[in-house]
Amino acid sequence: MLKKAYDWIDERLNVTPLWRDVADHEVPAHVNPAIKMSAFVYCFGGLTFLVITTQILSGMFLAMYYTPDITNAWYSVRYITDEVLLGNVVRGMHFWGASLVIIMMFLHMLRVFFTGAYKKPREMNWVVGVLIFFVVLGFGFTGYLLPWDQKAYWATAVGAQLAGSIPWIGPYIQTLLLGSHTVGALTLTRFFAIHVFFLPAALLVLLALHFIMIRAQHIAGPL
Amino acid sequence: MSDFQQRASHDEPSGLSRRQFLTYALGGTGAFMASLVAVPFVVETLDPIRRGGANRFVNSGHKVSEFNKTLPQLVEFRAHRDDGWNSADIPSRTWVILQPDGTPLAMSPICTHLGCQVNGTLGPDGKPAPAQDGQWWFHCPCHGSKYTVYGIQSPGSPAPRPLDVHTVKVDEAGYLYLGPLQQRNSSGQVIS
Repeated sequence: MLKKAYDWIDERLNVTPLWRDVADHEVPAHVNPAIKMSAFVYCFGGLTFLVITTQILSGMFLAMYYTPDITNAWYSVRYITDEVLLGNVVRGMHFWGASLVIIMMFLHMLRVFFTGAYKKPREMNWVVGVLIFFVVLGFGFTGYLLPWDQKAYWATAVGAQLAGSIPWIGPYIQTLLLGSHTVGALTLTRFFAIHVFFLPAALLVLLALHFIMIRAQHIAGPL
Repeated sequence: MSDFQQRASHDEPSGLSRRQFLTYALGGTGAFMASLVAVPFVVETLDPIRRGGANRFVNSGHKVSEFNKTLPQLVEFRAHRDDGWNSADIPSRTWVILQPDGTPLAMSPICTHLGCQVNGTLGPDGKPAPAQDGQWWFHCPCHGSKYTVYGIQSPGSPAPRPLDVHTVKVDEAGYLYLGPLQQRNSSGQVIS
């Protein structure tokens, strides 16, 4: 039944080569943990992507109940945590997953650094990776504000002060970051928009570049 | 390839090749792990289904003895509504008449056709007055649905069913309490 449906589509669109290209792509021996266990360090990049995928999914489902408004944000988060069935699990996935992305991404970066995989001809992919790093930090900074509790408020207040301490242009950056002269309603809507629209768009583009480049240049050779 | 397949099928009477087994095992494990992630999402999404409607009774502020069996009286009360993380007391109205057996009937003024507020027949003093045509007491301003004093719609009305009624309770002091709305069938029996 499934096979017939697949064949019907494949006959018309010739989709087999699309996934065959990925499925038959050979894993070099030196990055295959099945051959040498220590090669698990090469899994960190893929694991980062896996955690990012679950972050995107859990974030989509949280957004069904969350509202970015200063009088309601905290109540909606409490509603997710205390009232919605398994809402605390979905929120927990997003909460712990956020730290896990940073950890996995950092381990991936260490692996690339210590195996020298960033060297010619892969310098540009390293640069894109660093951009992804900044985007993920942006996710962390903006997402931290969204529950609108004391921790969120004061972390953002301090973050804004840091931005404001830049010589000359600091105050302007601070105002643009907060969308106002103080951390408030405009900051929350702004951070929400950045967190769920701008950064995901930037991240998906950068990830695509990251993957296209590694596919074109192949994984760096053994040490 | 075909040589290998022949040998494999010869050695394994079950007909399950090693490759097939590994495909199933890996696919099954992967599906299990993916479902661990997906199940909370699905459950969280379906959460609204397990939430019933409002189930609270509120005091109408009137005693049953204040109502009569001839004409409905308008009662203004505040219905409690839980809405996600919001809850509010919404100003609401209901028409109350005593049925022939003396039990109160509290009718919602929302027309069952398309949701307009129906009007009762009022005299020049603003108090309920007998129906002008002797039968149809509630009139909907939108599409002309007509109802009796018990909220039963006229045969020619676009309204598909009688006015919805509140479940009611009466406390020891005789005060009327209004609960969730229920629908009635065309003979006036509560159906849900």
